[in-house]
Amino acid sequence: MATKDHDAAPVTPEPVNGEGELYGVLAEYDTPGELVEASRRVRDAGYTEFDCYSPFPVHGIDSAMGIKRTILPLVIFGGGFAGALGGLALQWYCNAHAWTWNISGKPTWSIPANIPVAYECAILLAALTAFFGMWAFNKLPQVWHPLFRKDRFARVTDDGFFIGIEARDRHFDLDKTQKLLQDAGAIAIEPAYYDPDPAKKVMPRWITAFIVASTAFALIPFAIAAKARNSHSPDPHIHIFADMDYQPKFRSDQKLDIFKDGRANLGEQPGTVARGHLPEDDLFFRGLDGEAGAQKWTTGFPKLYPDGRPFAVDGALLERGRGRYEIYCTPCHGYDGRGNGMVPERVKLGGGLWQARNLVEAPDAKGAGGVAVQMPNGQLFNTISNGYNTMMGYAAQIPHADRWAIVAYVRALQRAQNASQADVPPDLQGSIR
Amino acid sequence: MSETAVVHEPGKARETFRAITRDVSWVAEAPKPHKLWLLALAVSTGMFGIGLYSIYVLVTTGIGVWGNSNNVAWAWDITNFVWWIGIGHAGTLISAVLYLTRQQWRVSINRAAEAMTIFAVMCAGLFPLLHTGRPWFAWWMLPLPNDMGSMWPQFRSPLMWDVFAVSTYLTVSLLFWFMGMVPDLATFRDRCALQGKKVRSAIYGVLSLGWRGSAKHWHRYERAYLILAGLSTPLVFSVHSVVSFDFATSQLPGWHTTIFPPYFVAGAIFSGFAMVLTLLLPLRFLFNLQHIIKQEHIHAMCKIMLATGMMVGLAYGTEFFIAWYSGNPFEMFAFRSRAFGPFWWAYFAMVSCNVLAPQFFWSKWVRNNNVMIWILCIFINVGMWFERFVIIATSLARSFLPSAWSYYTPTRYDVGLFVGTIGMFIMFFLLFFRFLPVAAMSEIKGASPEAHAGGPSKGGHH
Repeated sequence: MATKDHDAAPVTPEPVNGEGELYGVLAEYDTPGELVEASRRVRDAGYTEFDCYSPFPVHGIDSAMGIKRTILPLVIFGGGFAGALGGLALQWYCNAHAWTWNISGKPTWSIPANIPVAYECAILLAALTAFFGMWAFNKLPQVWHPLFRKDRFARVTDDGFFIGIEARDRHFDLDKTQKLLQDAGAIAIEPAYYDPDPAKKVMPRWITAFIVASTAFALIPFAIAAKARNSHSPDPHIHIFADMDYQPKFRSDQKLDIFKDGRANLGEQPGTVARGHLPEDDLFFRGLDGEAGAQKWTTGFPKLYPDGRPFAVDGALLERGRGRYEIYCTPCHGYDGRGNGMVPERVKLGGGLWQARNLVEAPDAKGAGGVAVQMPNGQLFNTISNGYNTMMGYAAQIPHADRWAIVAYVRALQRAQNASQADVPPDLQGSIR
Repeated sequence: MSETAVVHEPGKARETFRAITRDVSWVAEAPKPHKLWLLALAVSTGMFGIGLYSIYVLVTTGIGVWGNSNNVAWAWDITNFVWWIGIGHAGTLISAVLYLTRQQWRVSINRAAEAMTIFAVMCAGLFPLLHTGRPWFAWWMLPLPNDMGSMWPQFRSPLMWDVFAVSTYLTVSLLFWFMGMVPDLATFRDRCALQGKKVRSAIYGVLSLGWRGSAKHWHRYERAYLILAGLSTPLVFSVHSVVSFDFATSQLPGWHTTIFPPYFVAGAIFSGFAMVLTLLLPLRFLFNLQHIIKQEHIHAMCKIMLATGMMVGLAYGTEFFIAWYSGNPFEMFAFRSRAFGPFWWAYFAMVSCNVLAPQFFWSKWVRNNNVMIWILCIFINVGMWFERFVIIATSLARSFLPSAWSYYTPTRYDVGLFVGTIGMFIMFFLLFFRFLPVAAMSEIKGASPEAHAGGPSKGGHH
């Protein structure tokens, strides 16, 4: 097109040479009103394969051309409905099915809290349906069209009003059709042809290439992920943001060149005790006595602490034992050891039964009862460590040395609770009433 | 008769359409951009750079670089988020609500306002994303299958509603904006082709999806446009309501109020219109768009600001009344400390900018004076920012436990990120003005009296 000033109408007739198959006839009209009139006459003449083209939606052209009302709104309603249901289903699946959370005893599934998201999902899906549905029904995008070959047709997006009648219409006759369009008030009429080059009748090659290339490019991350999922590697994961997943420390048997054997861990070293290997003293740590293979619960106390200090049953140990006993044991066994601590008492108040052993009950003449009194020290220690019946073990709360202190204190309690008058020192005998 | 037959020349009615095309396309077609445009682009890109640097420091260090603390955990970040989202709402209001209510004057500004919506929502989205501290885990907010014990989002949280509302809003706004632009992109395509600019024509050609103005296409297009407008209207009201739920569903005095959804929506429209005018008044002058964006359109926007400004003022008063009427000592304390507490200056900045400044729009002289309007719009923008700051920071700084009371001071990275989003917003808007159709040409043509020229009843030109 040689015309530089776009605003002047192109009036030069175009020669027909090198054209392809006939597409139809294109007629231009001056005003929107004339376009509506002309389209009505074309329709009345029985044509069906025609369309009007204008820079904006012309009022009244739908009825003049006989365009049927689109079903698009119904489809959009379907989209919105699916969005609302899908939004509800998503929330039900996430919060009521796959990942239920008890928050202050609220139900896992309650509609009011799920309305906003379902509402947004409905709008989102309806809008997506409206957008993509409109283009799909219009068979767009289609960047090639025989009418685009007409320079005159470029004005359709500016100020031009056109009717195009296709050659495939059963009433189409080049001369008669042009006559009809002229009689309807066309200001210019010209036949339109397909491009002789069949490649111009499909999507331009560069767009196809771009779509293929960008699709292939977009698939690369997925391909990498798929490969990674189906292969093994000794290397750690690639973490762009490592967070705390990888820390600058070594684990056992990792490679580390600064040591002679090339391992991060040094193995056994003289004069050291490996982690978790310290409690070797069966007497102190487990309360067992005797030859290996024939060990029994000890009736005495350990001889040494693990750090080599001598173990002494003295006032300090009993005082320590009393403190620990009162913290850990009194809730069930009570301050006097008779098994009437706060827990059994309160359960009793509630009408239930929670029995704690009476630690100080003496055995009768036949030796029955008085289980705790008759237990060897080692077994008492083991019971504190590992629990017995409904009593749980206290190994996690009370260190070994303190457990032994409690054993000593329990022994003292038993002695005190079963004392006879003869046990009172002679110089105090007189004060007993 | 197989050659072109030209019967007669086009008439005069079409000159109106040509003039509209020319006036709008000129903005993008001018061979050299205006010097002030270049200057503004340079400044805004620089501001965007400051924002990028602030983000870099934030991401590599952690949100400790912000002034947020244990007590004032939401501060500038959430203030800016709400502010930007609110600004976006004017675009949707102009393009959807005014479309449904058949306000013809919207056609001159709807495109620019929709673009503003998209850029504002982009700015808004940055803040909660960065506030997560580790934005690379932002995908945890999406209901995606995962290998973390199959952990799913908790949809009872208003923060999850936010995720859905804001992302839906951005998506629908983009679709609406793009769909409205397709016929105008086709205009650009054809003009570039006629001017011999092949590359530009090809790009606009792809973007316009091969639009050829077919009546059958227009029919479905108009239906879809109407429905999208119908969908956007409840959407825009729901988005800011959901944003206000972030506060209203909490237990904090000053946040825990049912007035928030309408109050936030009115404020959003108020600030959005102020931002539309802040941007369009200078650009209208710069690109000679006076007969596209007419003074009467600016009048209409001023009146909307006057109305919404008074709604916001009414909400401020209602809040205080309800705090007193409730008899709740915590509520009363929250509002007393809002107006007379440590942030009294922010409260009075808010009231004077939002309630007093728009009162000038009662005067016709002011509505005709674009410099005055622009200054008042700046005041409103500032005031609406302070409104969000007042709600968020003052309530948190004086919560239930006096031992948790504190003051909030922003750091340079708070300021840097905010400046950065303003730069990003202006930068995108300037680029939009230069490369895309700034006004909806097809809609302006359709709304002009000449659109009915040559009809059987009128038969002539106007």
